Amino acid sequence: MAVLVIAEHAHSALSDATHKVVTAASKFGGDVDVLVAGENAGAVAPAAAKISGVRKVLKAEGESLRKQTAEAMEALVVPMMANYDAVFIAATTTGKNIAPRIAAKLDVMQISEVVEIIDSSTFVRPIYAGNAIMTVKSSDAKKVLTVRGTAFPAAEEGGSASVEDVAAPSGNFKSEFVSEEMVKSDRPELAGAKRVVSGGRALGSSDKFKEVIFPLADKLGAAVGASRAAVDAGYAPNDYQVGQTGKIVAPELYIAIGISGAIQHLAGMKDSKIIVAINKDEEAPIFQVADYGLVADLFVAVPELTNAL
Amino acid sequence: MKVLVPVKRVIDYNVKVRVKPDQTGVDLANVKMSMNPFDEISVEEAVRMKEAGTATEIVVVSIGPQQAQETLRTALAMGADRGILIKTDAMVEPLAVAKLLAKVVADEKPDLVLLGKQAIDDDSNQTGQMLAALLDWPQGTFAYKIEKDGDALKVTREVDGGLQTVKLQTPAVVTVDLRLNEPRYASLPNIMKAKKKEIAEKSPDDYGVDISPRLTVVKVTEPAARSGGVKVEDVAALVAKLKTAGAI
Repeated sequence: MAVLVIAEHAHSALSDATHKVVTAASKFGGDVDVLVAGENAGAVAPAAAKISGVRKVLKAEGESLRKQTAEAMEALVVPMMANYDAVFIAATTTGKNIAPRIAAKLDVMQISEVVEIIDSSTFVRPIYAGNAIMTVKSSDAKKVLTVRGTAFPAAEEGGSASVEDVAAPSGNFKSEFVSEEMVKSDRPELAGAKRVVSGGRALGSSDKFKEVIFPLADKLGAAVGASRAAVDAGYAPNDYQVGQTGKIVAPELYIAIGISGAIQHLAGMKDSKIIVAINKDEEAPIFQVADYGLVADLFVAVPELTNAL
Repeated sequence: MKVLVPVKRVIDYNVKVRVKPDQTGVDLANVKMSMNPFDEISVEEAVRMKEAGTATEIVVVSIGPQQAQETLRTALAMGADRGILIKTDAMVEPLAVAKLLAKVVADEKPDLVLLGKQAIDDDSNQTGQMLAALLDWPQGTFAYKIEKDGDALKVTREVDGGLQTVKLQTPAVVTVDLRLNEPRYASLPNIMKAKKKEIAEKSPDDYGVDISPRLTVVKVTEPAARSGGVKVEDVAALVAKLKTAGAI
């Protein structure tokens, strides 16, 4: 048996999500190969070759693979699947964009956001925003999975896999990358951060969000998150959103500030190791999942906490 | 531009789902059902396109039980022109949904299929992408903004870390994200008018699509409960707890 892992990377750097998907792939059984596709795949392939447990790295470099558009990735991966029993991709926006296209072309029912691999055909995944956990058995000959990174530890470094070239696809993919507008930040990336400080609607404004949340996050070296209510109110940018429809995080420390704890939000953070909640409403549902709850006015308590660290 | 909008009937997003004691699924009996919230956003976007003069006709389609007709009526009351109900009591997986939709596309020949990025019941996030693959159409997933650009569509997508814009040749598949728009409530006159709009009834057999599932549900369970923690008195006590726990 063999599994193909599609690597996630940006700006010539391999994403940590890839290491987690390799761990998941190793539980499937058989050999694990990693596909690095992109216009600068050559810079990323050596990093993928160092992941422990990888048999070989397949490098597909070309202009058509710029930004890994789903149409070009489908053209690249579908023919390769003749040699594999499964393809695993991180359940990131990139992976979610690509995987179902590959599955449909292989006539396979994809299994999304897998959190546990029981055997080579049985998988566990959350449904209903994490309010139920479903175990499914696939009867398809090949498996297409997206893997929730927070559910698997990162594979260690220490491998020395060989790197092979694969031709990049050419053709009219009817889709082209135009531009991107990335939020620039010196803080760690939300999805993989070890510590997260999140703010909710109780912050009251974008200015207060920055004034209260950012100093604490910076003191802790934490990523900044937000509830959907805070994002919808315009206090924080879209990609800060933690929750079922936003980012799923599971840091070692999650501090929820002025967040009531709607089901959708809890679904995105309840697997965090330690949860702290600061909210003046002692009935807020967030306290039911918090290891340490502080009933207090956040505008007083959070600056005090920042100074105490 | 003709727009096809698939809509799904799901448990209302405000309902707390309960797992059945026999672990076969979640309890759907006597539970409020509504249109998938992401699909409401796609219906709204199509209606806005029509109001702006870029869309000429909006066809909504739903695959589900007889009651899915109510979901179609909701979409018609929001401003869609006519509906198609592909009636089945079976659970239809995204791959089979995409195959059925591909057949509807062959009949209807829309320039754009606009779908929710995922349904809030099974959270698969697959149907739009699968449909695009089956049709060999380009896709713009997780749309934050959709603009017409000549014969093409410029779709700004919500991606990890920010926004990404792609240009798609039409016909195309676009899946919508939360912040594309805020869906309207249908007005009473429009609800009345929607009752007269046409809904064609079909079955999966009419399209010759095999909808038998590829996945068998082994079990559905409650998520592991998080044990309730403690309340701390003040910031000093919180810092002390975090230090003891080795978190800071």
